[in-house]
Amino acid sequence: MTDSPHGLEAKLAWRSGALAFDIDLSLPAQGITALFGPSGAGKTSCLRAIAGLEQHASGRVSFGSDVWQDSSHRVFLPPHRRRIGYVFQEPSLFTHRSVVGNLDFGYRRAGRPVHLDRDGLIDRFGLRPLLERRIDNLSGGERQRVSMVQALLSDPALLLFDEPLSALDGAARSDLMGCLESLHATLKVPMVYVSHNVDEVARLADHLVLMEAGHVVAQGNLQETLTRLDLPPALGEAVGTVIDGQVVDYDAHDQLIALEFVGGRLWLPYRHESVGQRLRCRIGARDVVLTKAPQEGTSALNQLPCRIVAVADADHPSQVLVQLDAGGSTLLARITRRSWHELALSPGSAVWAQVKAVALGL
Amino acid sequence: MAVLTDADIEALGLTLRLATTVTVLLLLLGLPLAWWLAHTRSRWRRPITAVVALPLVLPPTVLGFYLLMLLGPDGAVGRAMAALGLAALPFTFKGLVVASMLYSLPFVVQPLQNAFEAVGNRPLEVAACLRAGPLDRFFSIALPLALPGVLTAAVLGFAHTVGEFGVVLMIGGNIPGQTRVLSMRIYDHVQAGEYHQANVLSLCLLVVSFAALLAMSLLRTRRHSRD
Repeated sequence: MTDSPHGLEAKLAWRSGALAFDIDLSLPAQGITALFGPSGAGKTSCLRAIAGLEQHASGRVSFGSDVWQDSSHRVFLPPHRRRIGYVFQEPSLFTHRSVVGNLDFGYRRAGRPVHLDRDGLIDRFGLRPLLERRIDNLSGGERQRVSMVQALLSDPALLLFDEPLSALDGAARSDLMGCLESLHATLKVPMVYVSHNVDEVARLADHLVLMEAGHVVAQGNLQETLTRLDLPPALGEAVGTVIDGQVVDYDAHDQLIALEFVGGRLWLPYRHESVGQRLRCRIGARDVVLTKAPQEGTSALNQLPCRIVAVADADHPSQVLVQLDAGGSTLLARITRRSWHELALSPGSAVWAQVKAVALGL
Repeated sequence: MAVLTDADIEALGLTLRLATTVTVLLLLLGLPLAWWLAHTRSRWRRPITAVVALPLVLPPTVLGFYLLMLLGPDGAVGRAMAALGLAALPFTFKGLVVASMLYSLPFVVQPLQNAFEAVGNRPLEVAACLRAGPLDRFFSIALPLALPGVLTAAVLGFAHTVGEFGVVLMIGGNIPGQTRVLSMRIYDHVQAGEYHQANVLSLCLLVVSFAALLAMSLLRTRRHSRD
């Protein structure tokens, strides 16, 4: 679904302080691309460079058939002519305008396009009761919701979201996550979503760009990229599998749901999902236990028959990362080197992957 | 108003006219200048900041003296103006306006520059990403957000122009209806031993200055309590 020819192409280089950036990105024309990496990897600078806010970045940026920047031909489109919708990490609204004044700022300048459902967006993000409020009287979560609708209403061809949830916690965070997921389902323009939180990425992204120290270290389809064995150690915690499946059963007594996906079925905690809906679920490599045979008398609710595909050193010398094929889905398990030897595992071996339902926290 | 002579009232009117003209012109000049100073990375920023601040530390008589030299019939500007067929500026109302603008420049530019710097880049970046071009960003974002600074600049520029003396003495002289402003009139009264009239006019100045500062501070607190 990802590799349409006319998405965002960016080849940029610049220096910022001690960090030298060298970015080569090629993003699909639809869906959400997560720009993921540890803090200080330069994700925000990269997003700003795409928007045209980093004037020192030189190189070439094109979107579809439009060239936004081509330093060799002295082409540089300023941000206001790039048709982007940018949401900054910390809410940055105009304090001299009311909520509705903020929302309509870009909408008016875009010529109130009829294909944008202004009222629908206001309702979906729960902004109707806030319209006349002053910005100073909004909570952090409310401000970020206003920022998102403000950006969406400016009729962007590309959305750039810079860790919009990172300043929030608890209810505000999960609330906004829900808004973003529903946005994902109906979004007609591509989005670049910067995050250092792998759970956010797993829930939202279709495509993944991994950054470290100003460079792109890997990019591609979300599932394939997150289960690669050759990712740099700094991304060690992120590796794991993202299962995309359908809720097929709900056990009201035990408060569990069953998620069916290519390769099997998983039980996980019920969180107000409904049977029939699609759901993503992340299985961290740490949360997978390998056994030679199916177990009886184990508390792990999920056991999946797998075949070992490959093995690689993990970031700690005591551990290895094992790539597994579970009937067509790739899983990743992080186990100790000692277990690897004691179970006499090798590529091609048949094993069972045990996954605690409680570890499937999404 | 038996205590005020016609000459006093004329001086009062002239002073208000001068201060209003200077304030309006200085805002028009100061807004782009302060905006540039707040955002430029040019190496000229520091020298120009220093030049703008110069009237703060320079004795007004020094400023007036050099202006007189420059604008007088033998000065560079004076000669150029004469060549263009323009009347000389010293000892005219226009000359007073020019001199007062220089003298009050820092009182207008500095609050404006501080206000623009306080607004910061972020709101402008947000506006740019919402399709607002540079002029649009200035008028719809920067100026409204910097409005308290604009008010401060206007009040300070006005009050400072009302109170000037040394520059007027050097370049304006004491011509009734042309350059005889309130501060000159007070000086005249004192010279003539008319302390009562000097006192009345001085009180006028004191009340105007106090009212201006009070109004500014009230405007500020009202904005704060709304925020």
